[in-house]
Amino acid sequence: MLNIEIQKTLQGSIGTMELDVKLSIQEHDFVAISGASGSGKTTLLRILAGLEEAQGEIEVGGEIWLSKKTALAPQKRGLGFVFQDYALFANMSVEENLLFAAKDKTLAKHLLQITELEELAHRLPNTLSGGQKQRVSLCRAFMRRPKVLLMDEPLSALDPLMRTKLQHDILTLHKEFGTTTIMVSHDPSEIYRLANRVIELHQGKIIQDASPKEVLLKTQGSQKFSLTGELLEILKTDVIYIAIVAIGQQIVEVVIDEEEVLRFEVGERVQVSTKAFSPSLSKI
Amino acid sequence: MSELDFAPFLLSFKLAGITTFILFLIALPVSWWLSQTRCKCKPFVEAVVSLPIVLPPSVLGFYILYALSYNSPIGAFFDETFGIKLVFNFTGLVIASCFYSFPFMVQPLQSGFETLNKNMLEASYIAGKSKFQTLAFVALPNIKPALITALIITFAHTVGEFGVVLMVGGSIEGETKVASVAIYEFVEIMDYTNAHIYSAIMLALSFIVLLGVYLFNLHHNKRIGVA
Repeated sequence: MLNIEIQKTLQGSIGTMELDVKLSIQEHDFVAISGASGSGKTTLLRILAGLEEAQGEIEVGGEIWLSKKTALAPQKRGLGFVFQDYALFANMSVEENLLFAAKDKTLAKHLLQITELEELAHRLPNTLSGGQKQRVSLCRAFMRRPKVLLMDEPLSALDPLMRTKLQHDILTLHKEFGTTTIMVSHDPSEIYRLANRVIELHQGKIIQDASPKEVLLKTQGSQKFSLTGELLEILKTDVIYIAIVAIGQQIVEVVIDEEEVLRFEVGERVQVSTKAFSPSLSKI
Repeated sequence: MSELDFAPFLLSFKLAGITTFILFLIALPVSWWLSQTRCKCKPFVEAVVSLPIVLPPSVLGFYILYALSYNSPIGAFFDETFGIKLVFNFTGLVIASCFYSFPFMVQPLQSGFETLNKNMLEASYIAGKSKFQTLAFVALPNIKPALITALIITFAHTVGEFGVVLMVGGSIEGETKVASVAIYEFVEIMDYTNAHIYSAIMLALSFIVLLGVYLFNLHHNKRIGVA
Protein backbone atom coordinates (compact mmCIF):
# COMPACT_ATOMS: atom_id res chain seq x y z
CA MET A 1 0.00 0.00 0.00
CA LEU A 2 1.33 3.40 -1.00
CA ASN A 3 0.08 6.49 0.75
CA ILE A 4 1.05 9.74 -0.83
CA GLU A 5 0.20 13.21 0.37
CA ILE A 6 2.53 15.81 -1.05
CA GLN A 7 2.67 19.50 -1.85
CA LYS A 8 5.23 21.42 -3.83
CA THR A 9 5.28 24.80 -5.51
CA LEU A 10 6.42 24.49 -9.11
CA GLN A 11 7.65 27.16 -11.50
CA GLY A 12 5.75 26.39 -14.68
CA SER A 13 5.51 28.13 -18.02
CA ILE A 14 2.35 29.89 -16.87
CA GLY A 15 3.77 31.06 -13.55
CA THR A 16 3.79 29.26 -10.24
CA MET A 17 1.65 26.17 -9.76
CA GLU A 18 0.84 24.21 -6.66
CA LEU A 19 1.36 20.47 -6.95
CA ASP A 20 -1.02 19.01 -4.41
CA VAL A 21 -1.60 15.29 -4.62
CA LYS A 22 -3.29 12.96 -2.14
CA LEU A 23 -3.38 9.38 -3.25
CA SER A 24 -3.51 5.78 -2.06
CA ILE A 25 -2.36 2.98 -4.28
CA GLN A 26 -2.97 -0.71 -3.63
CA GLU A 27 -0.12 -3.17 -3.77
CA HIS A 28 0.43 -4.77 -7.23
CA ASP A 29 -1.64 -2.05 -8.92
CA PHE A 30 -0.64 -0.65 -12.28
CA VAL A 31 -1.43 3.05 -12.23
CA ALA A 32 -1.15 5.34 -15.23
CA ILE A 33 -0.71 9.07 -14.68
CA SER A 34 -1.85 11.23 -17.56
CA GLY A 35 -2.36 14.92 -18.12
CA ALA A 36 -1.19 17.77 -20.29
CA SER A 37 2.52 18.65 -20.28
CA GLY A 38 3.36 20.87 -17.33
CA SER A 39 0.66 19.33 -15.14
CA GLY A 40 3.23 17.96 -12.69
CA LYS A 41 3.31 14.28 -13.70
CA THR A 42 7.06 13.92 -13.97
CA THR A 43 7.63 15.98 -10.81
CA LEU A 44 5.28 13.68 -8.91
CA LEU A 45 7.26 10.67 -10.10
CA ARG A 46 10.58 12.31 -9.20
CA ILE A 47 9.32 13.19 -5.72
CA LEU A 48 8.32 9.55 -5.23
CA ALA A 49 11.82 8.50 -6.29
CA GLY A 50 13.42 10.96 -3.89
CA LEU A 51 15.04 12.91 -6.71
CA GLU A 52 13.15 16.07 -5.81
CA GLU A 53 12.18 17.57 -2.50
CA ALA A 54 8.60 18.18 -1.43
CA GLN A 55 6.44 18.83 1.61
CA GLY A 56 4.21 16.11 2.90
CA GLU A 57 4.28 12.40 3.51
CA ILE A 58 5.00 9.26 1.54
CA GLU A 59 4.54 5.87 3.13
CA VAL A 60 5.20 2.64 1.29
CA GLY A 61 4.24 -0.67 2.86
CA GLY A 62 4.73 0.66 6.38
CA GLU A 63 8.04 2.31 5.52
CA ILE A 64 8.23 6.10 5.77
CA TRP A 65 9.87 7.60 2.67
CA LEU A 66 8.99 11.19 3.39
CA SER A 67 7.71 12.98 6.45
CA LYS A 68 8.22 16.30 8.18
CA LYS A 69 11.36 14.99 9.82
CA THR A 70 12.87 12.63 7.29
CA ALA A 71 13.39 12.19 3.59
CA LEU A 72 14.74 8.79 2.65
CA ALA A 73 17.56 9.03 0.08
CA PRO A 74 16.78 7.63 -3.40
CA GLN A 75 19.47 4.99 -2.77
CA LYS A 76 17.46 3.59 0.14
CA ARG A 77 13.99 3.48 -1.40
CA GLY A 78 14.73 0.30 -3.31
CA LEU A 79 12.61 1.23 -6.27
CA GLY A 80 12.99 0.88 -10.00
CA PHE A 81 12.90 3.85 -12.35
CA VAL A 82 12.63 3.81 -16.14
CA PHE A 83 13.51 7.14 -17.75
CA GLN A 84 12.11 8.38 -21.04
CA ASP A 85 15.65 8.78 -22.43
CA TYR A 86 16.77 5.35 -21.13
CA ALA A 87 19.64 6.85 -19.02
CA LEU A 88 21.84 3.79 -19.54
CA PHE A 89 25.43 3.87 -18.31
CA ALA A 90 27.18 4.55 -21.62
CA ASN A 91 30.52 3.12 -20.44
CA MET A 92 29.07 -0.27 -19.52
CA SER A 93 27.83 -3.15 -21.64
CA VAL A 94 24.20 -4.27 -21.46
CA GLU A 95 25.05 -6.93 -18.89
CA GLU A 96 27.24 -4.57 -16.86
CA ASN A 97 24.39 -2.04 -16.76
CA LEU A 98 22.27 -4.68 -15.05
CA LEU A 99 24.99 -5.96 -12.74
CA PHE A 100 25.85 -2.42 -11.63
CA ALA A 101 22.40 -2.20 -10.05
CA ALA A 102 22.78 -5.58 -8.31
CA LYS A 103 25.43 -8.28 -8.55
CA ASP A 104 23.03 -11.07 -9.41
CA LYS A 105 24.11 -12.85 -12.59
CA THR A 106 21.24 -15.35 -12.55
CA LEU A 107 18.63 -12.61 -12.37
CA ALA A 108 20.40 -10.57 -15.06
CA LYS A 109 20.40 -13.60 -17.37
CA HIS A 110 16.76 -14.30 -16.63
CA LEU A 111 15.71 -10.70 -17.36
CA LEU A 112 17.69 -10.59 -20.60
CA GLN A 113 16.03 -13.87 -21.60
CA ILE A 114 12.50 -12.55 -20.99
CA THR A 115 13.20 -9.42 -23.02
CA GLU A 116 15.12 -11.31 -25.74
CA LEU A 117 18.30 -9.37 -25.21
CA GLU A 118 20.66 -12.27 -24.45
CA GLU A 119 22.47 -11.90 -27.74
CA LEU A 120 23.22 -8.26 -26.96
CA ALA A 121 24.57 -8.81 -23.44
CA HIS A 122 28.08 -7.63 -24.31
CA ARG A 123 27.14 -4.70 -26.55
CA LEU A 124 27.56 -1.06 -25.51
CA PRO A 125 24.34 0.98 -25.23
CA ASN A 126 25.20 3.34 -28.11
CA THR A 127 25.16 0.41 -30.54
CA LEU A 128 21.54 -0.45 -29.67
CA SER A 129 18.25 0.77 -31.12
CA GLY A 130 15.83 2.84 -29.04
CA GLY A 131 13.61 -0.13 -28.30
CA GLN A 132 16.56 -2.29 -27.26
CA LYS A 133 17.88 0.48 -25.00
CA GLN A 134 14.54 0.84 -23.27
CA ARG A 135 14.34 -2.92 -22.72
CA VAL A 136 17.79 -2.79 -21.09
CA SER A 137 16.61 0.08 -18.94
CA LEU A 138 13.54 -1.94 -17.96
CA CYS A 139 15.68 -4.95 -17.03
CA ARG A 140 18.01 -2.74 -15.01
CA ALA A 141 15.05 -1.35 -13.08
CA PHE A 142 14.07 -4.89 -12.04
CA MET A 143 17.56 -5.94 -10.92
CA ARG A 144 16.94 -4.84 -7.35
CA ARG A 145 13.57 -6.63 -7.28
CA PRO A 146 11.75 -3.36 -6.58
CA LYS A 147 8.46 -3.22 -4.76
CA VAL A 148 7.67 -0.02 -6.62
CA LEU A 149 8.42 0.63 -10.28
CA LEU A 150 8.22 4.16 -11.66
CA MET A 151 8.22 4.84 -15.40
CA ASP A 152 8.34 8.28 -16.97
CA GLU A 153 6.82 8.07 -20.46
CA PRO A 154 8.93 4.99 -21.16
CA LEU A 155 7.61 4.33 -24.64
CA SER A 156 6.98 7.78 -26.05
CA ALA A 157 10.18 7.82 -28.13
CA LEU A 158 9.51 4.46 -29.78
CA ASP A 159 7.66 3.42 -32.92
CA PRO A 160 4.25 1.69 -32.60
CA LEU A 161 5.55 -1.83 -33.25
CA MET A 162 8.27 -1.51 -30.63
CA ARG A 163 5.74 -0.07 -28.19
CA THR A 164 3.56 -3.16 -28.45
CA LYS A 165 6.55 -5.41 -27.80
CA LEU A 166 7.63 -3.37 -24.78
CA GLN A 167 4.12 -3.13 -23.39
CA HIS A 168 4.12 -6.90 -23.36
CA ASP A 169 7.49 -7.01 -21.60
CA ILE A 170 6.41 -4.44 -19.03
CA LEU A 171 3.24 -6.37 -18.23
CA THR A 172 5.11 -9.68 -17.99
CA LEU A 173 7.68 -8.26 -15.57
CA HIS A 174 5.09 -6.33 -13.57
CA LYS A 175 3.21 -9.57 -12.95
CA GLU A 176 6.24 -11.79 -12.38
CA PHE A 177 7.82 -9.47 -9.80
CA GLY A 178 4.54 -8.39 -8.25
CA THR A 179 5.55 -4.74 -8.34
CA THR A 180 3.34 -1.75 -7.78
CA THR A 181 3.84 0.20 -10.97
CA ILE A 182 3.24 3.88 -11.64
CA MET A 183 3.66 5.01 -15.23
CA VAL A 184 3.37 8.45 -16.79
CA SER A 185 1.81 8.07 -20.24
CA HIS A 186 -0.10 9.99 -22.89
CA ASP A 187 -0.98 7.05 -25.06
CA PRO A 188 -4.60 5.85 -24.53
CA SER A 189 -4.01 2.41 -26.03
CA GLU A 190 -0.97 1.92 -23.83
CA ILE A 191 -2.87 2.99 -20.72
CA TYR A 192 -5.77 0.75 -21.67
CA ARG A 193 -3.56 -2.28 -22.20
CA LEU A 194 -1.40 -1.90 -19.11
CA ALA A 195 -3.08 0.03 -16.33
CA ASN A 196 -5.95 -0.84 -14.05
CA ARG A 197 -6.29 2.72 -12.80
CA VAL A 198 -5.83 6.11 -14.42
CA ILE A 199 -5.11 9.34 -12.62
CA GLU A 200 -5.36 12.53 -14.57
CA LEU A 201 -3.49 15.58 -13.36
CA HIS A 202 -4.32 19.14 -14.29
CA GLN A 203 -2.25 22.04 -12.98
CA GLY A 204 -0.90 19.91 -10.16
CA LYS A 205 -4.26 18.55 -8.98
CA ILE A 206 -5.97 15.22 -9.55
CA ILE A 207 -9.03 15.83 -11.72
CA GLN A 208 -9.88 12.24 -12.55
CA ASP A 209 -9.22 8.94 -10.84
CA ALA A 210 -10.95 5.89 -12.28
CA SER A 211 -10.52 2.78 -14.39
CA PRO A 212 -9.07 3.21 -17.91
CA LYS A 213 -12.45 2.34 -19.40
CA GLU A 214 -14.23 5.09 -17.54
CA VAL A 215 -11.60 7.69 -18.35
CA LEU A 216 -10.73 6.77 -21.91
CA LEU A 217 -14.00 5.72 -23.54
CA LYS A 218 -15.30 9.13 -24.48
CA THR A 219 -18.84 8.23 -25.48
CA GLN A 220 -21.78 9.88 -23.80
CA GLY A 221 -25.43 8.94 -23.55
CA SER A 222 -26.67 7.04 -26.59
CA GLN A 223 -23.45 7.59 -28.57
CA LYS A 224 -22.07 4.34 -29.90
CA PHE A 225 -18.87 5.68 -31.33
CA SER A 226 -16.92 8.83 -30.72
CA LEU A 227 -13.57 10.32 -31.70
CA THR A 228 -11.98 13.65 -30.90
CA GLY A 229 -10.11 15.65 -33.49
CA GLU A 230 -9.25 19.08 -34.79
CA LEU A 231 -11.50 20.94 -37.22
CA LEU A 232 -9.25 21.85 -40.16
CA GLU A 233 -11.64 23.42 -42.66
CA ILE A 234 -15.31 23.82 -43.59
CA LEU A 235 -16.06 23.50 -47.33
CA LYS A 236 -19.30 24.42 -49.10
CA THR A 237 -20.27 22.09 -51.95
CA ASP A 238 -23.61 22.85 -53.65
CA VAL A 239 -26.11 22.92 -50.81
CA ILE A 240 -24.21 21.06 -48.11
CA TYR A 241 -21.19 21.81 -45.97
CA ILE A 242 -18.34 19.42 -45.37
CA ALA A 243 -16.16 19.65 -42.27
CA ILE A 244 -12.62 18.31 -42.63
CA VAL A 245 -11.44 16.88 -39.30
CA ALA A 246 -8.02 15.52 -38.34
CA ILE A 247 -8.29 12.55 -35.96
CA GLY A 248 -4.87 11.33 -34.93
CA GLN A 249 -3.03 10.71 -38.19
CA GLN A 250 -6.24 10.44 -40.23
CA ILE A 251 -8.22 13.13 -42.05
CA VAL A 252 -11.98 12.53 -42.35
CA GLU A 253 -14.97 14.34 -43.84
CA VAL A 254 -18.19 14.93 -41.95
CA VAL A 255 -21.30 16.43 -43.52
CA ILE A 256 -22.84 19.26 -41.50
CA ASP A 257 -25.79 21.53 -42.17
CA GLU A 258 -25.85 25.26 -42.63
CA GLU A 259 -26.93 26.13 -39.10
CA GLU A 260 -24.15 24.05 -37.59
CA VAL A 261 -21.51 25.87 -39.62
CA LEU A 262 -21.94 28.95 -37.46
CA ARG A 263 -21.33 27.00 -34.27
CA PHE A 264 -17.87 25.82 -35.25
CA GLU A 265 -14.61 27.60 -35.71
CA VAL A 266 -11.67 26.23 -37.67
CA GLY A 267 -8.93 25.01 -35.30
CA GLU A 268 -11.37 23.94 -32.58
CA ARG A 269 -11.32 20.55 -30.89
CA VAL A 270 -14.41 18.65 -32.01
CA GLN A 271 -16.00 15.29 -31.37
CA VAL A 272 -17.11 13.04 -34.22
CA SER A 273 -19.73 10.53 -33.14
CA THR A 274 -22.49 8.32 -34.53
CA LYS A 275 -25.64 7.15 -32.84
CA ALA A 276 -27.86 5.14 -35.12
CA PHE A 277 -25.30 3.08 -36.95
CA SER A 278 -22.64 0.84 -35.53
CA PRO A 279 -19.23 1.31 -37.08
CA SER A 280 -17.85 -1.88 -38.60
CA LEU A 281 -14.34 -3.24 -38.22
CA SER A 282 -12.26 -4.83 -40.99
CA LYS A 283 -8.62 -5.85 -41.36
CA ILE A 284 -6.23 -3.73 -43.41
CA MET B 1 78.27 24.48 -28.28
CA SER B 2 78.54 22.58 -25.02
CA GLU B 3 76.83 19.22 -24.46
CA LEU B 4 73.09 19.58 -24.02
CA ASP B 5 72.00 19.51 -20.37
CA PHE B 6 68.64 17.78 -19.98
CA ALA B 7 68.33 18.43 -16.23
CA PRO B 8 66.00 21.45 -16.64
CA PHE B 9 63.65 19.37 -18.82
CA LEU B 10 63.60 16.50 -16.37
CA LEU B 11 62.90 18.96 -13.58
CA SER B 12 60.05 20.51 -15.59
CA PHE B 13 58.48 17.09 -16.18
CA LYS B 14 58.93 16.01 -12.57
CA LEU B 15 57.27 19.22 -11.40
CA ALA B 16 54.44 18.85 -13.94
CA GLY B 17 53.88 15.18 -13.05
CA ILE B 18 53.63 15.81 -9.31
CA THR B 19 51.48 18.92 -9.81
CA THR B 20 49.09 17.05 -12.13
CA PHE B 21 48.72 14.22 -9.64
CA ILE B 22 48.03 16.51 -6.67
CA LEU B 23 45.67 18.73 -8.67
CA PHE B 24 43.68 15.76 -9.92
CA LEU B 25 42.93 14.74 -6.33
CA ILE B 26 42.02 18.30 -5.31
CA ALA B 27 40.16 19.34 -8.47
CA LEU B 28 38.01 16.21 -8.72
CA PRO B 29 35.72 16.97 -5.75
CA VAL B 30 35.76 20.71 -6.53
CA SER B 31 34.74 20.28 -10.18
CA TRP B 32 32.15 17.63 -9.29
CA TRP B 33 30.63 19.94 -6.67
CA LEU B 34 30.62 22.88 -9.12
CA SER B 35 28.89 20.79 -11.76
CA GLN B 36 26.15 19.52 -9.43
CA THR B 37 25.49 22.41 -7.06
CA ARG B 38 22.67 24.90 -7.17
CA CYS B 39 24.30 26.98 -4.43
CA LYS B 40 24.18 30.73 -4.88
CA CYS B 41 27.86 30.92 -4.02
CA LYS B 42 28.81 28.97 -7.18
CA PRO B 43 29.81 32.06 -9.26
CA PHE B 44 32.11 33.23 -6.45
CA VAL B 45 33.82 29.86 -6.22
CA GLU B 46 34.15 29.74 -10.01
CA ALA B 47 35.64 33.23 -10.07
CA VAL B 48 38.22 32.33 -7.42
CA VAL B 49 39.09 29.08 -9.22
CA SER B 50 39.61 30.94 -12.50
CA LEU B 51 41.71 33.79 -11.05
CA PRO B 52 45.09 32.28 -12.02
CA ILE B 53 44.06 32.43 -15.69
CA VAL B 54 43.71 36.20 -15.74
CA LEU B 55 46.14 37.29 -13.02
CA PRO B 56 49.61 38.23 -14.18
CA PRO B 57 51.94 35.40 -13.05
CA SER B 58 53.97 38.03 -11.21
CA VAL B 59 50.96 38.94 -9.04
CA LEU B 60 50.29 35.30 -8.23
CA GLY B 61 54.02 34.70 -7.69
CA PHE B 62 54.28 37.72 -5.41
CA TYR B 63 51.38 36.62 -3.19
CA ILE B 64 52.60 33.02 -3.00
CA LEU B 65 56.11 34.19 -2.19
CA TYR B 66 54.71 36.55 0.43
CA ALA B 67 52.53 33.81 1.98
CA LEU B 68 55.17 31.08 2.03
CA SER B 69 58.28 33.04 2.99
CA TYR B 70 59.84 32.76 6.46
CA ASN B 71 58.31 36.10 7.43
CA SER B 72 54.75 34.94 7.01
CA PRO B 73 52.87 32.85 9.60
CA ILE B 74 52.48 29.94 7.14
CA GLY B 75 56.14 29.90 6.11
CA ALA B 76 57.27 30.27 9.73
CA PHE B 77 54.93 27.48 10.90
CA PHE B 78 56.26 24.96 8.34
CA ASP B 79 59.84 25.98 9.01
CA GLU B 80 59.57 25.72 12.79
CA THR B 81 57.30 22.67 13.00
CA PHE B 82 58.52 20.45 10.15
CA GLY B 83 61.77 22.13 9.24
CA ILE B 84 60.47 22.57 5.70
CA LYS B 85 61.25 25.70 3.77
CA LEU B 86 58.59 26.58 1.23
CA VAL B 87 60.32 29.04 -1.06
CA PHE B 88 63.35 28.85 -3.38
CA ASN B 89 63.16 25.06 -3.46
CA PHE B 90 61.24 22.32 -5.26
CA THR B 91 58.49 22.09 -2.62
CA GLY B 92 57.74 25.77 -3.13
CA LEU B 93 57.57 25.19 -6.89
CA VAL B 94 55.02 22.40 -6.46
CA ILE B 95 52.81 24.58 -4.24
CA ALA B 96 53.05 27.53 -6.62
CA SER B 97 52.32 25.31 -9.64
CA CYS B 98 49.25 23.88 -7.92
CA PHE B 99 47.80 27.38 -7.57
CA TYR B 100 48.84 28.40 -11.06
CA SER B 101 47.45 25.34 -12.88
CA PHE B 102 44.36 24.74 -10.73
CA PRO B 103 41.79 26.17 -13.21
CA PHE B 104 43.27 24.10 -16.04
CA MET B 105 42.33 20.95 -14.15
CA VAL B 106 38.99 22.15 -12.76
CA GLN B 107 37.45 23.67 -15.88
CA PRO B 108 37.64 20.71 -18.31
CA LEU B 109 36.46 18.32 -15.60
CA GLN B 110 33.59 20.61 -14.61
CA SER B 111 32.39 21.07 -18.18
CA GLY B 112 32.73 17.33 -18.73
CA PHE B 113 30.55 16.60 -15.70
CA GLU B 114 28.05 19.24 -16.78
CA THR B 115 27.49 17.57 -20.16
CA LEU B 116 26.64 14.23 -18.54
CA ASN B 117 23.04 13.13 -18.76
CA LYS B 118 21.62 13.96 -15.32
CA ASN B 119 19.21 11.03 -15.58
CA MET B 120 22.18 8.68 -15.90
CA LEU B 121 23.55 9.89 -12.57
CA GLU B 122 20.10 9.66 -11.02
CA ALA B 123 19.73 6.12 -12.35
CA SER B 124 22.91 5.30 -10.46
CA TYR B 125 21.53 6.79 -7.22
CA ILE B 126 18.32 4.82 -7.66
CA ALA B 127 20.43 1.72 -8.23
CA GLY B 128 21.64 2.30 -4.66
CA LYS B 129 25.03 3.79 -5.46
CA SER B 130 26.49 6.56 -3.33
CA LYS B 131 27.71 9.86 -4.77
CA PHE B 132 31.29 8.64 -4.59
CA GLN B 133 30.50 5.36 -6.39
CA THR B 134 28.55 7.30 -9.01
CA LEU B 135 31.46 9.67 -9.52
CA ALA B 136 34.02 6.87 -9.80
CA PHE B 137 32.12 4.30 -11.87
CA VAL B 138 29.62 6.32 -13.89
CA ALA B 139 30.66 9.98 -14.14
CA LEU B 140 34.43 9.71 -14.64
CA PRO B 141 34.42 6.85 -17.20
CA ASN B 142 31.87 8.79 -19.25
CA ILE B 143 33.92 11.97 -19.50
CA LYS B 144 37.14 10.39 -20.73
CA PRO B 145 37.96 13.11 -23.29
CA ALA B 146 37.47 15.84 -20.68
CA LEU B 147 39.53 13.83 -18.19
CA ILE B 148 42.40 13.32 -20.66
CA THR B 149 42.21 17.00 -21.65
CA ALA B 150 42.34 18.10 -18.01
CA LEU B 151 45.34 15.89 -17.18
CA ILE B 152 47.36 16.75 -20.27
CA ILE B 153 46.59 20.48 -20.34
CA THR B 154 47.49 20.73 -16.65
CA PHE B 155 50.72 18.86 -17.27
CA ALA B 156 51.59 20.93 -20.35
CA HIS B 157 50.64 24.18 -18.70
CA THR B 158 52.85 23.43 -15.71
CA VAL B 159 55.76 22.60 -18.02
CA GLY B 160 55.14 25.92 -19.73
CA GLU B 161 54.96 28.13 -16.65
CA PHE B 162 57.63 30.75 -16.17
CA GLY B 163 56.77 33.83 -14.16
CA VAL B 164 55.45 32.17 -11.03
CA VAL B 165 58.27 29.64 -11.03
CA LEU B 166 60.91 32.31 -11.35
CA MET B 167 59.45 34.37 -8.51
CA VAL B 168 58.86 31.55 -6.07
CA GLY B 169 61.74 29.25 -7.00
CA GLY B 170 64.42 31.44 -8.51
CA SER B 171 66.91 29.54 -10.64
CA ILE B 172 68.78 26.99 -8.58
CA GLU B 173 70.53 24.38 -10.68
CA GLY B 174 68.86 20.97 -10.30
CA GLU B 175 66.37 22.31 -7.73
CA THR B 176 64.26 25.05 -9.30
CA LYS B 177 65.84 25.73 -12.68
CA VAL B 178 63.17 24.36 -15.01
CA ALA B 179 63.32 24.44 -18.82
CA SER B 180 61.48 27.74 -19.25
CA VAL B 181 63.80 29.47 -16.77
CA ALA B 182 66.84 27.92 -18.43
CA ILE B 183 65.78 29.39 -21.79
CA TYR B 184 65.36 32.81 -20.20
CA GLU B 185 68.89 32.60 -18.82
CA PHE B 186 70.36 31.50 -22.16
CA VAL B 187 68.80 34.55 -23.78
CA GLU B 188 70.10 36.79 -21.00
CA ILE B 189 73.69 35.64 -21.55
CA MET B 190 73.12 35.78 -25.33
CA ASP B 191 73.68 32.02 -25.79
CA TYR B 192 71.21 31.91 -28.68
CA THR B 193 72.26 28.45 -29.87
CA ASN B 194 71.15 26.74 -26.68
CA ALA B 195 68.13 29.05 -26.41
CA HIS B 196 67.13 27.86 -29.91
CA ILE B 197 67.63 24.20 -29.10
CA TYR B 198 65.71 24.38 -25.82
CA SER B 199 62.91 26.44 -27.38
CA ALA B 200 62.59 24.09 -30.35
CA ILE B 201 62.32 21.11 -28.02
CA MET B 202 59.60 22.88 -25.96
CA LEU B 203 57.74 23.86 -29.12
CA ALA B 204 57.84 20.33 -30.55
CA LEU B 205 56.81 18.71 -27.26
CA SER B 206 53.91 21.13 -26.74
CA PHE B 207 52.64 20.56 -30.26
CA ILE B 208 52.85 16.77 -29.96
CA VAL B 209 51.00 16.84 -26.65
CA LEU B 210 48.18 19.02 -27.99
CA LEU B 211 47.92 17.01 -31.20
CA GLY B 212 47.68 13.87 -29.09
CA VAL B 213 44.77 15.33 -27.07
CA TYR B 214 42.83 16.40 -30.13
CA LEU B 215 43.42 13.09 -31.94
CA PHE B 216 42.27 11.17 -28.88
CA ASN B 217 39.11 13.26 -28.55
CA LEU B 218 38.29 12.85 -32.24
CA HIS B 219 38.76 9.10 -32.05
CA HIS B 220 36.79 8.81 -28.80
CA ASN B 221 33.87 10.89 -30.04
CA LYS B 222 33.65 8.74 -33.17
CA ARG B 223 33.64 5.60 -31.09
CA ILE B 224 30.88 6.60 -28.70
CA GLY B 225 28.87 8.19 -31.47
CA VAL B 226 29.13 11.89 -30.62
CA ALA B 227 29.30 13.95 -33.78
